[in-house]
Amino acid sequence: MKNLIYGLMCLLAISGTVGCGSSETQSDTTTAIDAQHAGGQEAVVDDVSQKDIVKIAVGSADHTTLVAALKQAEYVDDISNAGPFTVFAPTNEAFAKVPKETLDDLMKDENRLALQNILEYHVAVGVYRQDYLNDGQTVGMANGQNVTIHLNGDKLMVNEVNVVATIPASNGLIYVVDGVLLPPAK
Amino acid sequence: MKNLSLVLLVATIAIIGCKPKSGVSVATGDAATKVYVAPGTYDEFYNVVSGGFSGQMAIYGIPSGRLFREIPVFSADPETGWGYTEETKGMLMTSHGFVPWDDLHHPALSTTNGVHDGRWAFGNANNTPRIARIDMKTFKTAEIIELPNSSGNHSSPFITENTEYTVAGTRFSSPPDYQGSNPDVSINSYKENFKGYISFVSVEKESGMMDVAFQLQIPPLNTDLARAGKGPSHDWFFFSCYNSEQAFTLLEVNASQKDKDFILAVNWKKAEEYAKAGKGSKKNVKYAHNYYDESKHTTISEIKNEVLVLDPKELKDVLYLIPCPKSPHGCDVDPTGQYIVGSGKLAALIPVFSFDKIQKAIDAKDFEAEYDGIPVLKYESVLHGEVQKPGLGPLHTEFDDKGNAYTSFFVSSEIVKWNVQSLQVLDRVPTYYSIGHLCVPGGPTAKPWGKYVIAYNKITKDRYLPTGPELTQSAQLYSIDGDKMELLLDFPTTGEPHYAEAIPAELVKGNSVKIFKIEENNHPYAAKGEKEAKVIREGNKVHVVMSSIRSHFVPDNIEGVKIGDEVYFHVTNLEQDWDVPHGFAVKGADNAEMLIMPGETATIKWVPNRVGVFPFYCTDFCSALHQEMQGYIRVSPAGSSVPLTYSTGKVTKEAAK
Repeated sequence: MKNLIYGLMCLLAISGTVGCGSSETQSDTTTAIDAQHAGGQEAVVDDVSQKDIVKIAVGSADHTTLVAALKQAEYVDDISNAGPFTVFAPTNEAFAKVPKETLDDLMKDENRLALQNILEYHVAVGVYRQDYLNDGQTVGMANGQNVTIHLNGDKLMVNEVNVVATIPASNGLIYVVDGVLLPPAK
Repeated sequence: MKNLSLVLLVATIAIIGCKPKSGVSVATGDAATKVYVAPGTYDEFYNVVSGGFSGQMAIYGIPSGRLFREIPVFSADPETGWGYTEETKGMLMTSHGFVPWDDLHHPALSTTNGVHDGRWAFGNANNTPRIARIDMKTFKTAEIIELPNSSGNHSSPFITENTEYTVAGTRFSSPPDYQGSNPDVSINSYKENFKGYISFVSVEKESGMMDVAFQLQIPPLNTDLARAGKGPSHDWFFFSCYNSEQAFTLLEVNASQKDKDFILAVNWKKAEEYAKAGKGSKKNVKYAHNYYDESKHTTISEIKNEVLVLDPKELKDVLYLIPCPKSPHGCDVDPTGQYIVGSGKLAALIPVFSFDKIQKAIDAKDFEAEYDGIPVLKYESVLHGEVQKPGLGPLHTEFDDKGNAYTSFFVSSEIVKWNVQSLQVLDRVPTYYSIGHLCVPGGPTAKPWGKYVIAYNKITKDRYLPTGPELTQSAQLYSIDGDKMELLLDFPTTGEPHYAEAIPAELVKGNSVKIFKIEENNHPYAAKGEKEAKVIREGNKVHVVMSSIRSHFVPDNIEGVKIGDEVYFHVTNLEQDWDVPHGFAVKGADNAEMLIMPGETATIKWVPNRVGVFPFYCTDFCSALHQEMQGYIRVSPAGSSVPLTYSTGKVTKEAAK
């Protein structure tokens, strides 16, 4: 219940600074291949259905950095799709723990693959509800690497970061986390 | 709660304010001319599309996307009478009795030397495992065979290069059916008692008749999809599988634990040799085999009781496992037969395996381990290479005639074109939305026809005018003639299409049957002319041997039927004219109408439950006097003395006054 309340609090303040459309973040250097990657369920006008992960994240003042990163990585469409996904969603504070230069570099077009890799490490295909997780369990993430779940009573951690809220979405589950998950070096 | 509503409202406004690119702008200006098939002219390809949960198959034209026909296969169809008429009920018989529905996922078109030959389309039943054979001359289901020891017949009915075999692999492992039924064991005994099976169903070269030739018993994996080898890999069949964890609950989590599952490489030629040499064990099982006798217009349905099972743990050179990342779904073999593409639906890359390397590794016994007694090849030893970062959620791959592959991505909702040799991504296009299977004409064969790729999407959302909560399913046609894929057309589809194949119209249309010759009709109750029409009583069974021709039935007045009788209307369509079917329906029938093709006989059973006079009529608009094509049957109380009489055009003197 606490988790839910926290999740709703995340939603309470709506940022007016959220950008619209991935075209704004596409530079002239974007390849033709990228330019064709247009149109997912993100564009579907539907104010009746339960919100998907992207709509929840867009509506959360605490996730503006994540939303900007999803846009830069061109993953807004993907995470709007049917999924289902489990997304570990770092808060702005969590991103703030990453050195600013590192973050700025990742947001450059030429580093899109590296950004995609990090974001994919926050997304699992499948709904991993807490009551189905076990301490020490690994979960395969979209980038092909695994995270490890730590479960101590009700306290859920993924790798070394804490899950601070759980928000169900129409296409999966958001675990709000207080740190950014960094993929282990291969 | 109020707060929540407010938040959602505000969030919605924020989103509506955005104007993301939509698919509308993706189709270019000349797309319409590329899909335009002028009135009276023909499409270039037949598209044979599975109906999924409709249990049927549907035929579309490509490039127009026009729907021509839904072929009843595994599901009873009151529109045609399929599964309701006495002649077709037997086609849906199984060891479980009459099963009037199934879930048809994959068509497989017959090939000769790896090239489409236009003879048959096979289809799988997922739920009560069966394989159907559709005759491409009549577009009717000609045969259905049930599969013993099987649950969840998903990796089916893919075929070998010369249609020697169609296969079936179990998506759900189960305790075997030995002794005729699957035993009562604890689900928790999965690892001990559950087995997977791969069935090789032989297809007789001339007639197409199917027979379960042999089965391989495999560990309790979930086999998913399959493709036969071709050319150099002709003797091999490849099956993808997931759940190497052998989970039996919450598979969403528990079958996604391991980093790699397997592609099963089966040397079917070797297995065939062992089967012929009697190296397997014959098991007592129970399964139905039903086929349609076109001369009698009737199903022959039989129950079979024996199947030959081979054990690859003992027959060491029949089955090898290839590690494949993350729950592979598609398992597709390129036109040269040299490359096998595994698409792990949770994987971040697409591995492409080399048939030559697989052979070398097998010869050198270059195994990394055994899995339940089956040798596991080393991933690196058999890998041609990996397509890096292709997209999210790869599912299926088809091929063109230029060495390129087209892979569907469910999660990232796109088709990605890549080169099989270089493994470089060449192009990508979005699909609206969340594509499942895709189809290049001839894409799974040794001779792809190229030209188009068709996406079969799982989510429709806002693509068409809304029709309430349930929307049409959606296909999308793309041109692949140039370097870049180009979206040409959205077209709605019926049922829930999974896989589809497309075949040049030239290979099929000339063979299409127009009529059944009346003189070759050997149905026991055929009325081959109006003089043969009659009504026969056999105890409480009343057989109405009826003819139909524009625009009357013979007989059309029937009296002397009583409560307690079972009436069989055997209606022969005497027309010998293309596209003049007649229909037949009688008031109060609790089953269906039936459509009778020219020269055909079909029978509907009618058990009157009340006294009275009941009209029957032709349901298929046949002629200018179609509305006049009717008759009456009188039902009297049990024990009534009304004599059995029948006539057409006869009026008593009293009535004439």
